[in-house]
Amino acid sequence: MTMWVAVLVAAGIAFALKLVGHLVPSTLLDEPHVKRVTAALPIALLAALVATQTFTGSDGGLVLDARAAAVGVAVVALLLRAPFIVVVVLGALTAALLRLAGWA
Amino acid sequence: MSALDSGVRRQVWRQGLSVGVATGAYGISFGALAVAAGLNVWQAQALSALMFTGGSQFAFVGIVGSGGLAAAPAAIAASSMLGIRNGLYALELTQLLGVHRLRRAAAAHLTIDESTAVAVSQQDERASRLGFWVTGLSVFVLWNLMTLVGALIGNALGDPKQWGLDAAACAAFTALLWPRLKSRDAVAIAIVAGVVAMVLSPALPAGLPVIVAAAAALLAWRAPKRSVEEAEA
Repeated sequence: MTMWVAVLVAAGIAFALKLVGHLVPSTLLDEPHVKRVTAALPIALLAALVATQTFTGSDGGLVLDARAAAVGVAVVALLLRAPFIVVVVLGALTAALLRLAGWA
Repeated sequence: MSALDSGVRRQVWRQGLSVGVATGAYGISFGALAVAAGLNVWQAQALSALMFTGGSQFAFVGIVGSGGLAAAPAAIAASSMLGIRNGLYALELTQLLGVHRLRRAAAAHLTIDESTAVAVSQQDERASRLGFWVTGLSVFVLWNLMTLVGALIGNALGDPKQWGLDAAACAAFTALLWPRLKSRDAVAIAIVAGVVAMVLSPALPAGLPVIVAAAAALLAWRAPKRSVEEAEA
């Protein structure tokens, strides 16, 4: 699979999911269990992404480095209600400075 | 149908545009992260123009960034699972918008967190429609513009790690998750998913642990009715 194929397939599925919701009858998702699980899906996926992006090295092994510090700073910023872009920039800045200082 | 009160109209426009500017601004971080993950500028741009749903885009480049092309199937699966919620938004919006054919396809493409949030928070159906289109279109234009800026900057920066761009991705996922952690059940699901993903990481190829950990969402099956729905941002 080339990167272009992956990009276009993923984009096509994303659009299809949006379109399907506009075309199917809305009673389809009245089942409350299904509704709850689909609402919880982004939570599980994003948490798993935070965990793997932050704590795994290039070989998949667990590591603790500048990225963990960056997430710590991001959480503090979020507690202080900082907007998304500020949180992201602070995360990058934290890791960049720690690496510049040779600490992580 | 009488015209929308001009005060309400102005308020909806202001709301939609400000959401567009705020959301569009972080398109710059997406663009930079996408090229850091190994996509070229056009591929980053294609994701913003054609996929156009931030969480899924970040997930796609995050997984491809750590696992390369071999992780592409996992990247597609993760971005698609995150995109399911847009389909749920669409179920609610389609009644509200009352559009057909080409406009319905356009509305589908603009069905994202932000346009839905602005549309459903209006008091009146016409205000909802206006809010949906103003928000959706302004996010689309600015998100794409800022993606290009971010991708060009990312390309010029060189080594992404030196600038902390890998950590920026971690911070971005944390910020996307944060507003959803509104109930104890949501927090529990997040912790289970995070732990499962970490435990599996050394054993499975990059990307796959995320997909397996998504099964933690099944914990919501038995949760009391309100708790998880409250967490739906």
